[in-house]
Amino acid sequence: MLSALRTLWLTFLHLFHRRETIRYPEQKPYLAPRYRGRIILSRDPDGEERCVSCYLCAVACPVDCISLQKTAEDGRWYPEFFRINFSRCIFCGYCEEACPTYAIQLTPDFEMSEYERRNLVYEKEDLLISGTGKYPGYSFYRVSGLAIPGKDKGEAEGEEPPVDVKGLLP
Amino acid sequence: MSPIVSGLLNVVGILIVLVALAAGLTWIERRLLGFWQDRYGPNRAGPFGLLQAVADMIKILFKQDWVPPFADRPVFIIAPAVAMVTVLLAFAVVPVSPSIGIAANLNIGLLFFLAMSSLSVYSIVLAGWASNSKYSLLGGMRAAAQMLSYEVFMGLSVIGVVIIAGSFSLGDIVDAQHRLWFIIPQFLGFVVFVIAGIAETRRLPFDLPEGENELGAGFHTEYSGMKFGMFFVAEYIGIVLISAIITTLFLGGWRGPALPPLLWFLIKTGFFIGFFILLRAALPRPRYDQLMACGWKVMLPLALLNILLTGAVVLADRSPV
Amino acid sequence: MATIHVDGRDYEVQPTDNLLHACLSHGLDIPYFCWHPALGSVGACRQCAVKEFRGEDDRAGRIVMSCMTPAADGTRLSIAEAEAVAFRKSIIEWLMTNHPHDCPVCEEGGECHLQDMTLMTGHSYRRYRFTKRTYRNQYLGPFVGHEMNRCIACYRCVRFYRDYAGGRDLDVYAAHNHVYFGRHEDGVLESEFSGNLVEVCPTGVFTDRTLANVYTRKWDLKGAPSVCVHCGLGCNTIPNARYGEVRRILNRYNGEVNRYFLCDRGRFGYGFVNGPKRIRRPLLAQDDGAAEPVAPTVALGRWASLLRDGRAIGIGSPRASLEANFALRALVGPERFHAGVADAEGRLLETVVAILRDGPAPAASLRQAEDSDAVLVLGEDAPNTAPRLALTLRQAVRRAAFALAEQQKIPHWQDAAVRDAGRDVRSPLVIATPDATRLDDIAMATLRGAPDDIARLGFAIAHAIDPAAPAVEGLTESAREQAERFAALLQAAARPLVVSGYGSGGEAVIRAAANVAQALRRTGRDARIVLTVPECNSLGLALMGGAPLSAAHAALRDGRARTLIVLENDLYRRADRASVDAMLGAAEHVVVLDHTLNETAYHADIVIPAGTFVEADGTFISNEGRAQRFFQLIVAEDGVKESWRWLNEAARAAGKSNARWDTLDDLITALGEQLPALAAIRDAAPAADFRIAGNRIRSAPHRYSGRTAIHADLTVHEPKPPQNPDAPYTNSMEGYYGRMPPALYPFFWAPSWNSVQALNKFQDEVGGALHGGDPGVRVIEPRPGADSDYAQEIPRPFARRDGEWLVVPQYRVFGSEELSALAAAVAERVTGPSLGLNPEDAAMLAVVDGDAVALELGGASHVLSAQIRPALPRGVAALSIGLPGLPAVALPAWARILPAPPELRT
Repeated sequence: MLSALRTLWLTFLHLFHRRETIRYPEQKPYLAPRYRGRIILSRDPDGEERCVSCYLCAVACPVDCISLQKTAEDGRWYPEFFRINFSRCIFCGYCEEACPTYAIQLTPDFEMSEYERRNLVYEKEDLLISGTGKYPGYSFYRVSGLAIPGKDKGEAEGEEPPVDVKGLLP
Repeated sequence: MSPIVSGLLNVVGILIVLVALAAGLTWIERRLLGFWQDRYGPNRAGPFGLLQAVADMIKILFKQDWVPPFADRPVFIIAPAVAMVTVLLAFAVVPVSPSIGIAANLNIGLLFFLAMSSLSVYSIVLAGWASNSKYSLLGGMRAAAQMLSYEVFMGLSVIGVVIIAGSFSLGDIVDAQHRLWFIIPQFLGFVVFVIAGIAETRRLPFDLPEGENELGAGFHTEYSGMKFGMFFVAEYIGIVLISAIITTLFLGGWRGPALPPLLWFLIKTGFFIGFFILLRAALPRPRYDQLMACGWKVMLPLALLNILLTGAVVLADRSPV
Repeated sequence: MATIHVDGRDYEVQPTDNLLHACLSHGLDIPYFCWHPALGSVGACRQCAVKEFRGEDDRAGRIVMSCMTPAADGTRLSIAEAEAVAFRKSIIEWLMTNHPHDCPVCEEGGECHLQDMTLMTGHSYRRYRFTKRTYRNQYLGPFVGHEMNRCIACYRCVRFYRDYAGGRDLDVYAAHNHVYFGRHEDGVLESEFSGNLVEVCPTGVFTDRTLANVYTRKWDLKGAPSVCVHCGLGCNTIPNARYGEVRRILNRYNGEVNRYFLCDRGRFGYGFVNGPKRIRRPLLAQDDGAAEPVAPTVALGRWASLLRDGRAIGIGSPRASLEANFALRALVGPERFHAGVADAEGRLLETVVAILRDGPAPAASLRQAEDSDAVLVLGEDAPNTAPRLALTLRQAVRRAAFALAEQQKIPHWQDAAVRDAGRDVRSPLVIATPDATRLDDIAMATLRGAPDDIARLGFAIAHAIDPAAPAVEGLTESAREQAERFAALLQAAARPLVVSGYGSGGEAVIRAAANVAQALRRTGRDARIVLTVPECNSLGLALMGGAPLSAAHAALRDGRARTLIVLENDLYRRADRASVDAMLGAAEHVVVLDHTLNETAYHADIVIPAGTFVEADGTFISNEGRAQRFFQLIVAEDGVKESWRWLNEAARAAGKSNARWDTLDDLITALGEQLPALAAIRDAAPAADFRIAGNRIRSAPHRYSGRTAIHADLTVHEPKPPQNPDAPYTNSMEGYYGRMPPALYPFFWAPSWNSVQALNKFQDEVGGALHGGDPGVRVIEPRPGADSDYAQEIPRPFARRDGEWLVVPQYRVFGSEELSALAAAVAERVTGPSLGLNPEDAAMLAVVDGDAVALELGGASHVLSAQIRPALPRGVAALSIGLPGLPAVALPAWARILPAPPELRT
């Protein structure tokens, strides 16, 4: 009984405490760099698309809101289309964790309300940014074994030159 | 002014003020809760968010008036109306000020109030039953048991007041407090009445019939639109009513120095309304069995003890010794 | 049976197996790479190490390779023992040192045996910090992609390609850490089984190029059990689809039929389904001759108006399902139903049916054929007419090697040892064909002759086996001796096999083959016979019966019929142009149901969009008489529907009382009632109302992705996936997956087994039947005790004619089959039409290889490229048939060949 009264009194005193509310539209909150907001597709340091269309984000997505199709050009893999249905997205960040190339990233931007659901369906053009996002230095093709224009077999990081199959040396 | 016209004015005035107050309370409650939780509460619509109540009203009025196909239709519709009617009728006997009040001097005023508050149980039970849904039914059953129990010692707790004042008329009770508010001699009765009052209005921490974390929304799970709104408004008018009755019975009603009687009444009533909201902000909900045990094992003996003591004192006072 | 003790539990195993095989059969997980159930053990990768103990008291034990250790009775081993676990982990760590950082951009990712095994062994962190070996890749043709960096040198590819499939142009080069698996130079892989490398390779060195262009991970591919439509063998397949489009064909294991492998025609021929010439909406011919797309109701209304006078006839198709043919038969009436094959082929198929039904030799399934220890091939160029059969025959000749190995106490799974011991030992395979075949390298004897001479050889062999069989008049002494020698070979065998079929084009050859099988049976041998048929449902259509094509022409010419309904059939491939033109001209109205625009469709008044094998459900009967159900993979949302459903709706629209089928099962019931011989097809697969624990079976893997985004660009309301009423599948990832009737597996997957090797979990015993028996039912078996008379009509020996050549058909694995030739990948492998000539004949005509020659056949002259074929007998010319741009002609036939006039030479 006494504790209840004490609770009442302490609660009452909160009337004179500072308000924690951030008056959002006028006052912008601080969002950490790793805040899980709007999803983007980034580019590698050379300005090429980072996404290699490996489908890992799509399979990691618990609400199945990512759909894409692979295509290739000169040995590089690209998404022919890349669609995120943000009206289904729960911003869990699993896609970012699954992404082996740092292509898909969640950004500290959540201001994406729409009056029509279909406006929340983002295609590759809407997702692709021109920078590298949170990971400035990484380029997947510099470590992968595929040959792409400007990087032949054996030219990736930690690779030997291609084997001369017809060589006789041991 | 003829008595009929002034009576009608009284009636209409009180109705309008009550309903407006209930609407305003929705805003006040959320604002106060906000403050007590270090937030602002609704502060966007109009100055200080005052128009929030209007916005909510417009919204609720324009919602689809929907009756679930599995519900018992006529009962489903009547239930919220019963809730509204009973609380509004109970206000007839409250003496707001010497000149305002509909039937303040009704000689069985207090009994009328108790009767009306008992009738309001029907609205809850019927709503729970007519919804034909298990959550609603469970909520309705809880409401019935809880309100019947607390009714008992609510009635008993005011007997002390009646013994001292010697009348069931609320006007007479106010008059009897011209020297001393009954909160002093009847402190035990006051405590029991306040607690019973919370239970009767199904306010937190005694809102088990709603119990949203286990019952959805309890008896009004299936309600929406204005029918839900009527339960909602009835609850707020219930708060006003019980605060007004506490004021009348224990705090001398409209009596007070310097200020006009109406203002005194509003200040005292407002204090209790605020207190009710503070309860909601601060206290957690007890378990259902704890609630019932508290009622029968603590409140009832206290109320009986109060009658015994009051009766003894009054008898001793009058005894020719 | 033997008992082995694995980690404290006892298991009953076959003592002839190795430990790996035995443990996998019991569902125990041991990682492995170089072992393959069809290829045996070589112990190269060291991945399947387990600890073997000498007895109960042995605590130390020793590490052995489970694939190289017999499952002898009383063997005690541990898979989970710490040292064995650490050993396996270190092995895979070594294998992975050079493996590139490629998984996201590798077509194998998600169904990679190497990924599975890496996880299974627990190797999760790469400690190797040095440089990686790299290779340059090769172009290997339109079917198979090459990415050598990923190789872990398990040698499976060359063991399959060279040892199992007899290919020569894939090999291993260089040495030590540099071994290279590829060709000696860039170029198309020659073997028609190269596609199996995709499934055989445990990682992403060899990948499916037709899939790569529209690449989708395994978890995103829907599947349905299906049957290959590109020859008559009825190999089981799983087509995979995404975004409403077929993306690849996988092998579907059937222990009795194709087992682990498919041919490239079956694997890569699916492209026609997505082809640009697909018919997607009903077309109606306008007055100006152009065809306009119309609404289905309009087309049906017009079609129904043509049906009401009751003067419609139908032409069925050997590439349409049994159900579609039956629906047409019901629509026009049995007596007005015509089998849609050339008259000669129809007679040939009737002969095949008669032989299989009257026996006494039963048809051999491919597995039974593989078990044969002596094979006689009469007239059939199996690598081109029924490729998977050729692969089977390649294994059949190894029976002698296995027998020798058994004598020397070498277990049959010791692949290298068996091959070493049996290096020069082969079971007898005798091939008698007009031209050289790609099986000649393993044949004990090859014989070249005109079809009639081949038939005479067959008859002579039959007579040599059983003197009661008719003797061949006028046989030379050497030919008689040869026949006796072959007869002795077959008689010495326990399970001889006779192979023949449509490839030679001669009925006499088939009858001769039947005589040989019958003679062997009569003399107490367990002989079986394989008779190939040209198309996926040729035998089914023959069992259903139907008037010949010429009868349809006659009916139209006489005015007994006004409307012609053609079901999934290009008549221009069935008969010569003039007679088809005449037939279509005689018909007042032509209705064509087909999935792809062909020449016949251009003559139609109404063209109805029929479903291909992925958009329909139905039953095919393979050449062994096995009825197999294929299920709808793609529920087409445009106008495409199953042929039988169109026919049924047309009958309804025309007010026919017998159009009462709402589902495929209704139709199959009716079919069984009217054709009792085919009633058994009902048991080919469970009906549409089949449920497991109240659930349908899901056609998509449980991690099928993108459900809420695939259609989001069109609508955000996520429409319910369309439901197929004819099969017990959901069209999504909801539903049951697990053990189910074997005809229903839409894909193979087991926890931690994402690659095709998951199959081990679905077989009674690795390499044995699927749980619950292999799918399909035989609808044609020899009548009990049947022993019909020998065929008596022996043809006269082939005699050359002056200035005329006997033109025999030359089938091509890529090109001769209609549908696969429409697939872009296969089309790349199709070479132009040619005429094979003996060198001396060519010299006489003064043409050299590649010269243009004119072939005057059936009143028309065709200019073809000459091809010098040294094996062809003189006086015989081999015409590549069925190729696009080449008219249909009935072969064998006599024709004149002239050097093409100079203006036509290129």
